[in-house]
Amino acid sequence: MELEQIPHRLGITRREFMKFCTGVAATMGLSGGAAIKMAHAVANPRRPAVIWLSGQQCTGCTETLLRSHHPTLETLILDMISLDYNETLSTPAGNLAEEARHASMKENWGKYLLIVDGSIPTADGGVYCKIANRTIAEHVAEAAEGAVAVIAMGSCAAWGGIPSSDPNPTEARSVQELIQGKTSLQPANLAAISGKPIINIPGCPPNPHNVLSVALHFVTFGTLPELDEENRPKFAYGRLIHENCERRPHFDAGRFAIEFGDEGHRQGWCLYKLGCKGPMTYANCPAIEFGDVGGGAWPIGVGAPCFGCTEKGVGFTRPIHSLADVKTHAPANPFPDVNQPVGEGASAGAAALLGAVGGAIIGGGVMASRKLAQADEAGSEDSQSKE
Amino acid sequence: MKRRDFLKAAGGGALVAATTSGTAQARPNKEPPANAVGMLYDSTLCVGCQACMTECKKINGMPPEQAFGDDMWDSPADLSEKTLNIIKLYRDGDGSVKDRETDGFAFVKRHCQHCVDAGCVSVCPVTAMRKDAKTGIVTHHEDVCIGCRYCVYACPYNVPKYEFSKADGQIRKCQFCNQAGVERIDQGLLPGCVEVCPTGASLFGTYSDLKAEAERRVALQPGENTVYPRGMLNPGSGGYAQPGLPPHEKPAPQYQPEVFGDADDSGGTQVLHIAAVPFQKLGLPDLPERSFAARSETVQHTIYGGAVLPIAALAGLVYAARRSTVGKQEGDDSTGGQQS
Repeated sequence: MELEQIPHRLGITRREFMKFCTGVAATMGLSGGAAIKMAHAVANPRRPAVIWLSGQQCTGCTETLLRSHHPTLETLILDMISLDYNETLSTPAGNLAEEARHASMKENWGKYLLIVDGSIPTADGGVYCKIANRTIAEHVAEAAEGAVAVIAMGSCAAWGGIPSSDPNPTEARSVQELIQGKTSLQPANLAAISGKPIINIPGCPPNPHNVLSVALHFVTFGTLPELDEENRPKFAYGRLIHENCERRPHFDAGRFAIEFGDEGHRQGWCLYKLGCKGPMTYANCPAIEFGDVGGGAWPIGVGAPCFGCTEKGVGFTRPIHSLADVKTHAPANPFPDVNQPVGEGASAGAAALLGAVGGAIIGGGVMASRKLAQADEAGSEDSQSKE
Repeated sequence: MKRRDFLKAAGGGALVAATTSGTAQARPNKEPPANAVGMLYDSTLCVGCQACMTECKKINGMPPEQAFGDDMWDSPADLSEKTLNIIKLYRDGDGSVKDRETDGFAFVKRHCQHCVDAGCVSVCPVTAMRKDAKTGIVTHHEDVCIGCRYCVYACPYNVPKYEFSKADGQIRKCQFCNQAGVERIDQGLLPGCVEVCPTGASLFGTYSDLKAEAERRVALQPGENTVYPRGMLNPGSGGYAQPGLPPHEKPAPQYQPEVFGDADDSGGTQVLHIAAVPFQKLGLPDLPERSFAARSETVQHTIYGGAVLPIAALAGLVYAARRSTVGKQEGDDSTGGQQS
């Protein structure tokens, strides 16, 4: 059985391997049954080929995968998928690397996963990023045609990232914009690639677990996880950082750090007044933190305001100190309505008591007036009889 | 006296009334003091953190309230004798987008509006409600209050609250954190709610400066980047110190074109509101231009001015009473004789 060979193949114990698969399934909110399916899928020696292309990027996205050791993640990602081309990790160089990539693409045409990190320059025919004498736009368009799906890893690939911020001299655009023909530079094979499924995993860098989870979901079920309108997996980008932030109670109670190093900052209070963009940034950072560091180490956890690296129009765009718009899916419940009714109507007992008292007064009044009238009549009869 | 004479006397009374009302001027709305303080609440900046409510309770020593059955948070339903400041919510449809009238939501902060021509000050029979001559803050003085609660019913914003739960209850309302024993404005501090506001949604300043700022904001083009001060607008103006946090910059939203609380809202309020949702939707009343205080004082001061009309009316009553008693004097005597 393939699972039994895992210790030999990956150099980890079976127990560690199962823990890893369960962890990945939990990241996506899948059940324990899914973890077992994943374990079998990973244990399958026929691993899916992955082509990894890099555009205008800093290699941070690759580094974040390499720096994760949760159990030996780099071993797992290199062994559970067949990473046939990656500029940083490839053993061969130059023509050999290019040949290996083309051979793999030809062999796995229509079956491999394409991962792209880095933005695509589109100014001046895309000449600002060239590999093997061809522009990255050409490489991506060519590789996308044979890919079963395209994963845009990191903010640069997902929406443009740092290279796309003002003044953007290279007209850096996202992978999605390129393969959907929304750039000035139109790929030659646009018709063939414009309908390719694309998953954006923004972040600078994104947490490796989010990338790995998408890849494993695909390997296991043959489908992509549920995506939002910006093609981001919902399990990772469905909620605002603000919603799950560990400092959220301080926001609700009005306890804010005003300056770096002040009393509030040392006490771990909310960083909103320092420009934290958590209230307008969708990511699962509060849950799985940054990279694979662990121990509460993520920007807000260590006292640095979130600058919204995953969010287009926020990260690398809005000044770090500027106040965030507080987005919410719907306002919180504890707010009273503008026309909130206060108090309650009369209880049945109170109404009955009041009715009884009122009735007694009215009845008593009627009886008293009647008796008075009778007394009057009697009195006048008396005086008449006296006369 | 004959019927003719009575009518003459009555006519004379009417003439007196006519002349007095002719000479008494209809009282116009009052004007704010020159250095009146104020607050500008910008609903579009409010993020609903409720820090202002927390700080208000802390400064004023008020206990938390649980109107929604949650024992963990302070969650009042409305202003009360334990809640002088509250953030309320306007919600329509699915409530998904902030500051949108349909299928959206918006926050509104409610506390004393500090009317320029305050109804509560006008109706108070013992001057327990006063308008501070320098700051224009509507203050309440427990030492003279008789607990009649006229102010509660005279307020068009439903602000003063009476402690019905106590035998010797008092009126409670926001006094801009400047009441005896707190005196934050006099010390050069900001009102508590302004000091903690993270976005400058509650902004302190002089009334005239704030009015100009509110008018500047509502005239902005949506999306235009603009600077929003926090804490105090133009620190130092009017002799009130206190800078708050540094200002911040953000694109302007689509404001409603009016400012709530300027002179055409019942003489104006020193707490101004601007919002992206119509004010009536936020629970702010649509008030006539003339203040209720001006209207009722015109009527009352006309009737009771110089005590002329009451004296004339009393004279008429005395005369009528005397006439009817004198006419029946003999008859009365005869009845009395019969009874005895």
